[in-house]
This record gives sequence, C-alpha cells and structure tokens, in this order.
Amino acid sequence: MRSFVETIRSLWKDPMGKIGIIGILLLIFMALFAGQLAPYPYDAIGMKFQAPSGEHLFGTDKFGRDVFSRVLYGAGVSLEVGIIAVGIGAGFGYLLGLAAGYFEGWTDRVIMCLMDILFAFPSILLAIFISAVLGKGIGPTMVAIGIVNIPVFCRTVRAAVISAKGLEYVKNAQSVGVKTWPILIRHISPNVVAPFTVQATLALSGAILTEATLSFLGMGIQPPDPSWGSMLAEARANMVRSPWTALFPLLFIVVTILVFNILGDALRDVLDPKLKV
Amino acid sequence: MSEKKVLVEVQDLRTYFPIQGGLVRKTVGHVHAVEDVSFRIREQETFGLVGESGCGKSTTGRTLLRLIEPTAGKVFFDGEDLCALSKEEMRKKRRDMQLVFQDPYASLNPRMTVRRLLEEPLTTHFSLSPGELSDRVGWIAGAVGLAPEQLERYPHQFSGGQRQRISIARALVTKPRFVVADEPVSALDVSIQAQILNLLMGLQKELKLSYLFISHDLNVVRHISSRVGVMYLGRLVEIGDTEEVYLRPVHPYTQALLSAIPKRDPSEEKKRIHLTGDVPSPANPPKGCAFHDRCPQCMAVCKEEVPPEVEVGPGHKVRCHLCGNR
Amino acid sequence: MTNLLEMKDLSIDLYRGKKIPPVKLVEGVNLSIRKKQNFGVVGESGCGKSITCSSIMGLLSFPLSVGKGSSIRFLDSEDQEVEIAGLSPAGLRRLRGKEISMIFQEPMTALDPMYTIESQIAEALSFHTRMTKAEIHDAALEMLRKVKIPRPDQILQDYPHHLSGGMLQRVMIAIALINNPRLLIADEPTTALDVTIQAQILDLMNELRESYDTSVIMITHDLGVIAETCEEVAVFYAGQVVEQASVEAIFHETAHPYSAGLLRSVTSLDGAQKELYTIRGAVPTAGNFAPGCRFADRCDRCMDVCRERAPALCEIAPGHLCRCWLHAGGEDEGKGVAV
Repeated sequence: MRSFVETIRSLWKDPMGKIGIIGILLLIFMALFAGQLAPYPYDAIGMKFQAPSGEHLFGTDKFGRDVFSRVLYGAGVSLEVGIIAVGIGAGFGYLLGLAAGYFEGWTDRVIMCLMDILFAFPSILLAIFISAVLGKGIGPTMVAIGIVNIPVFCRTVRAAVISAKGLEYVKNAQSVGVKTWPILIRHISPNVVAPFTVQATLALSGAILTEATLSFLGMGIQPPDPSWGSMLAEARANMVRSPWTALFPLLFIVVTILVFNILGDALRDVLDPKLKV
Repeated sequence: MSEKKVLVEVQDLRTYFPIQGGLVRKTVGHVHAVEDVSFRIREQETFGLVGESGCGKSTTGRTLLRLIEPTAGKVFFDGEDLCALSKEEMRKKRRDMQLVFQDPYASLNPRMTVRRLLEEPLTTHFSLSPGELSDRVGWIAGAVGLAPEQLERYPHQFSGGQRQRISIARALVTKPRFVVADEPVSALDVSIQAQILNLLMGLQKELKLSYLFISHDLNVVRHISSRVGVMYLGRLVEIGDTEEVYLRPVHPYTQALLSAIPKRDPSEEKKRIHLTGDVPSPANPPKGCAFHDRCPQCMAVCKEEVPPEVEVGPGHKVRCHLCGNR
Repeated sequence: MTNLLEMKDLSIDLYRGKKIPPVKLVEGVNLSIRKKQNFGVVGESGCGKSITCSSIMGLLSFPLSVGKGSSIRFLDSEDQEVEIAGLSPAGLRRLRGKEISMIFQEPMTALDPMYTIESQIAEALSFHTRMTKAEIHDAALEMLRKVKIPRPDQILQDYPHHLSGGMLQRVMIAIALINNPRLLIADEPTTALDVTIQAQILDLMNELRESYDTSVIMITHDLGVIAETCEEVAVFYAGQVVEQASVEAIFHETAHPYSAGLLRSVTSLDGAQKELYTIRGAVPTAGNFAPGCRFADRCDRCMDVCRERAPALCEIAPGHLCRCWLHAGGEDEGKGVAV
C-alpha cells in the first residue's frame, strides 16, 4: 500500500495529474452528494423547455425536469455503471490475460479462442443480447458492459505479459528460483499497469457511451432514473429547440472522459520507473 | 587441483529448439543449439567456455541450470542428477546454483530498490527474521563494494559497473556453490571490466565458488579460467587446461580463433590463420565435422564422419580427425 | 591548408533548456588528419569520441550542436577549403558519401531491409555521378569483388537479411568506398562482429587502403584494433583529448596516466590468475566536472595541482601531445602551447 500512497503523491506533483485528481474528486463529490446539492428531485416536473436561468441553472427538459439536478444525479449513475462495468471487464480480463500470457500452450489457446468468439460479435449487439437475457435495469447493464469489455482487457494484459516475460530481469528472477506467483505479481504485473490503466480510462468512456446507447434503446437504465446517456437520448428529438437539454449531459460526458484520460496519461508517466529520481 | 571434488558434471548434453512452420505450427526441423557436450567442473575451479556468437555457449550455461530443458543428456550437481528433479525441487536447488547475466541494464527490475533486489533471493529460499535479512544484505553489499546508503536507490541510478556489482550480489546472496557467469563483463568498458573480474576472482576465494565463465573474449577467459572449453556450432571442439589450450592449441578452429585476437602492440608481428566464410546455420549443420567447410586443413574424412573425442594430453581433449592419427 | 581535415577548438553542446547554459560534451578538441592517414580515436563509452566524428559529417542533431567558435575545415577533391561547421544542408549532402563517408557499428541496422544490395549501392553512386544502369551494375559488381564478397553477382540481388554480419559490414565498406571518398569514418566497425570475422574485416580494411587514397578515422574502444590499423592515435577522456601521438609512442612511451591505465587494465594474454590492474571509480558525467584535471579522482599519481588547475594539451616530445601536469611543465589550460 505504501507504493499506492507514493503514486498518489507523485501524481499530485504533476500538473496534469493534479487536474485529473481534482476532476475525479469533484465527480465523486457530485455523485455522492447529489441529493444535497440538487435544487430539485430528479423526477420533479415543472415548466417544459425552460432556457437556463437562475432558477434552473441548466434549464428544463421536455417533461419540465431540472436538467442541473438530473445531471448531478446522473453523475452517480454514470460513474457507478462505468466503474463497476469496467471493474468486471478489467478484473476478469486481467486474470485471464495473465494466465494466457504466462502459461502459454493450451491455457493460452483455449482462453484466446473464447476471447476471439466474444470479440467477433459487434459489442453493442453483444451487450443488447446479454441484457436481453439478464433483464432490464442498472445491474444487468453493468454486467453486460463488463462482459463486452473482457476480451479487450484480456488481450492488452496478455500482450504486456508476453513482452514482460522476455525481459532479462524476469529471467533473472526465474534463475534465482523465485516462485511463479511472486514473479507474476512482483516482476510482471508492474509492466502491465501502464497499458492496463490506459485501457481502463478508454473503457470507462466506452462504458458510459454503451450505457447511453443501451438506455436509449430501452434496454439499460429505466426512466425516470437519470443517466447522462439516457438524458442525451431523450434530448435528441428536441436538440434544435432546446439545445441545453443535450448540451449539458454531453458536456459532462466529455469532461468526465477527458478527466479520466488526463489521469491515465499522468499515471502512466508516474508509473514509468525511468522518470523516478 | 585434480584432487578436488567434481561439483558439476555434464554428460552428452543436447539442446534442440524446434523450428515451427505453417498454419498448424508443425515442427519442421530443429536448431541444434547444443550438441553432445560433456565436461566437468571441480570445486572452486573456473571453467571457461569460449566461442563466437551463436555457438551455443550461453544455451549450454542455461541448460545446465535447467532454465532451458535439455533435449538429452544429464547434468549432475554434487552427484545428483538435476534432470531427474521435479520443477519444485529444481526451484529449491537454485539457491546453490545461480546465474549472472550479461546485461546489467536489463537484468535488474527497475522498480525495485537495491535492498529489495537483494532481499528477494533470501526470502525465496530462507525464512529469516528482519534482522537476519538486513544483516545478510549488508554483508553481501559490503562484499561487492556497495555502500550501505546505496541500498535504498534504484538500479537506473547506478553506472554499468555498479549495476553489475548489484547483479553479482543478487546471485551470491544465497551463498551458492556454483555460479554461471554469462558474459558478465562484455557490456562494460575496458577499465570497468578489470574491476568486475577482480571482484569475481576475490569472491571466488572468499566464498569457495565454482564458476562456469562464458565469454567470447579470449583474453578475459584466459585470465580467469583454469580450464577452458572451445565451442563451435554447438559442439565442444577442444577442452583442456587453459595454458595448455592457449599455448598449444590443437584444433584448427582454436588455432584460428587465437590467431584472430587483435595484436596487443603495434610492433608485434602476428601470423594470422584466415578462415573463409561464415559460421553455418545451427539449423542445418554440415555433415561430418561441423567445421569442415571453413577448415584450412580439411580432409576427405572430415566431410563424412563426425570426429571422435581424442585425448592429446592429460585432460586435453580434441574433436578433430587430424588427431586421430597420433 | 595541407591537411585533409582540421578541427580547431571544437566543442559540442548539449541543449538543456532556454535558461540553462548548455553542457559541453566535448571541449577544445584540435585534431588534424593528413591525406592518406590512418587516425585512431580511442576512449570509453560516453567520452565524446563518436559525437566528435559525427560532427565531421554534420550528423549532429538536436539537442546536440557544434559549439560557438568551433571550426572544422575540410579540403575537398578540388582542393577547396570547406568549413563544415557552417555548411548548409545542401553543402553537407554534396560532401557526404562523395568526399566523406562513414561505416557504423551495426551493419544489420545501417542497411535498409526493403531494398536489395544492388539498389543500395546504386543509390550511393547515382547521387554523385551520372552513370547508366549498366555502368552502375558493373561498378557495384566490381566493388563487391574488391571487398572480397564471394558470388558477388548473386549477392547483389540479395536483401540485407540474407547476409551475415560480416558480409553486411563488407557491403557497408563497399558502399562507403564506391565514390572513392577522401575521408572514411569508421565508428566501431568491428565491435558487433565475432573475433574471426573482426580479423577478416580489419585485414580487408588494411588491404583496401593500399588501393585507395582515403584517410581513415577509426573510432574504437579496443586498443587492439588501434594497434592493428592506425598510425596516429588520439585518446579521449571525458570530452577531451588527453593524449595524442603515433601509435608506437602511445603503446611504448605512454605519457598520460589514463592511457597507461587503459593499456594495463586490458587483460594481458600472458597473464596467469593474478590481480588485474584497474582504474578505480567511474567516468565523471559531463556537466559535473570538478575544477582541475578531469581524471584527477581516478589517477594514481594525482598531485595537489591536478585538483586545482586544468592542465593544457602540451607537446612533450615531437608529435606527442599530453594533457597532464606530470608532463606539462606548468601550463594552464588556455595558455598552453597552441597545437
């Protein structure tokens, strides 16, 4: 855990890392305290299509709901779906990739064959299929997006493991007689962290988008629960008349993805041991 | 010297690597990296293995430690057949036999401090208290000439020579009896090479080590080894006491190799034996003697038959048809 | 100018940022190469020998650059003096390959894997001459014969990955010599090769210099290669020339303690298992040089003056230059004998 604290500390020293950390903290703050921060409940109905004003900071949507409040509540939903779905995908993908890369042979062939099958489906279609089987709602959505993400993580991790296995110091550890698990954790895993975190930030934005798509198609988050994706989908028809209904959820999606990418980049720099002094 | 116990004995060692081709990864041939190699290393002796790149000397060293599985042959360590051990037994055995790598830049994990690098072999093989651990690390750091405050640094903060000291410390911290040194000074500058060679020789006396010293540098091997083996295309073509081999080389390849060393002095007159052509591919070695197509003294029999090992002097063995007539 | 190449007060800067002064990786190098001379440059990694010679080709790229006040003058084939340090890219291209050519340490990476040997030789030829395709083919074939490549007509059609390292180095030499350059810079040409192949290449280079009017600068860390091929040697240490003399003088009348240490620490062939001589410590990094002699910390014969004032490169015997207080006769750097 010491190295985790050290990583955060050196991230804080990096200007981009600081932006990333502050951004993420703000998002989490928004998500956690949406109930306290929001001026209205997310499903309270009022005047339709009001432009942004002092009363309704981001205006109101076609049912007259306060967009600002919904965006705040939506942060929680989007983050929750994004993080848990990516967590599922990354967790399983990491373990499978590690096993496939390190043990090679039959383990590798079987795992990669399964991954190729998953890969062969268009990801949206697969997600629709999985949520059709599992049912509607936030839980099945997360599982569906998670499963879709497994092969990408598995491949990334496997490639990193294979290249790390060729490193002299991994061979050195083998020659010293270090057991398999310590080698995997101590010597190989750190080489996976950099591509893994980059992949995770990308997948996070992808997950938020997939959730939006699923919600739009009626398979994901069910109304009146707010998510940025479903808000965007609902606003689509009235985009010209009341652009704010689409603009603000969109803005938050973009900023969130940007923040995660900035953090990912900064993290990669910090984790590079050659830059450590 | 001859009274000393044999520590490592290699018998008819062969290592082949499959060449895979086609869609279904069918094995279409083998690279004969190590072919019928036998030698012994006695306690506290340094056995040098020389040869040009691709001759199989590094593969021999790694096969001997079972980092690469041998195709055939046996390796005895202190009378015990290593090839008969299970993976886990072999892993435990590694505390007695270690490898020093050529590249001090790539062979140390850049994310670990020197202290953690030196602790890892100990925690792998022993259960020591934190105090004992720190004592052992301090002891080996002192033995290789690292200052205590350097233990908290990362490898990239050191120069090449110092990194090789760390590598050596990591290999020796478990107090092994046998060390394979695979080109340990090749990546270093001349003035640093001497420092590392002196260190290796000093530690050998102090810790009663046996070395298998692999190098392409004939001068370095001559300096450090008491016995030497010359490899060509996976085969050991000549083996004997170092001075005997260097002063009275018998195999034409050894003669050519020794004559190719650049002269030490501009005024020195040197007769050079010219070898034509390049080393053949070990995937497709020539029939008969592997050296016959480059040998200045090639005879008809060389193209047909693999030369047997002939003892030309005490402990001096050569694989060449020229010696068969003696 | 009677010499082929004259470097005057050459320095090479490493750019570190707008507000920080550049680090001088090489400083105060004065070398002159005569026509048909074989000149050796020896030193350990990071001593500045390679970048010094790259500057002759104008091959330094950001963040490296030739420092202010440096001069590299070259006498081209029309006996015109050319100042390389201030030459335009077009002027440099006219020199490269035609007047000055270079061979590198790694022949495997110095040739383009996508083209045949013939087209790579043809490229070197066609840039500087007007020849028909048939003439180029003949010239390439002839050149491969000169560097003793077996089956040259077949090799011409081969791609680099078909050939071994030794063969590729021969091809590199062929490409370097095909325009009959006035100067050949060989940067560690045999370091990546095996001993028996190294011997072949060195012999080849020694033979070829009989038939060409080319001067050779041989950059190497291996004193044995110097002994085999060179007439005059400059020993580099930490970005400076510390000793320069004929090859015999370097080996037999070694003046600088660093050169002496290098010679002694090379494992000697007659050595039994005795302790090797070592130069203690490691090379100081550029930018961190203490005042005084840069070798002082590692020198066995260090005196008080060595730590206080930097010695100049002085002539201690005819044609023998040394940068050391043991020989200097009390000259500070900057006031030393102009050489």
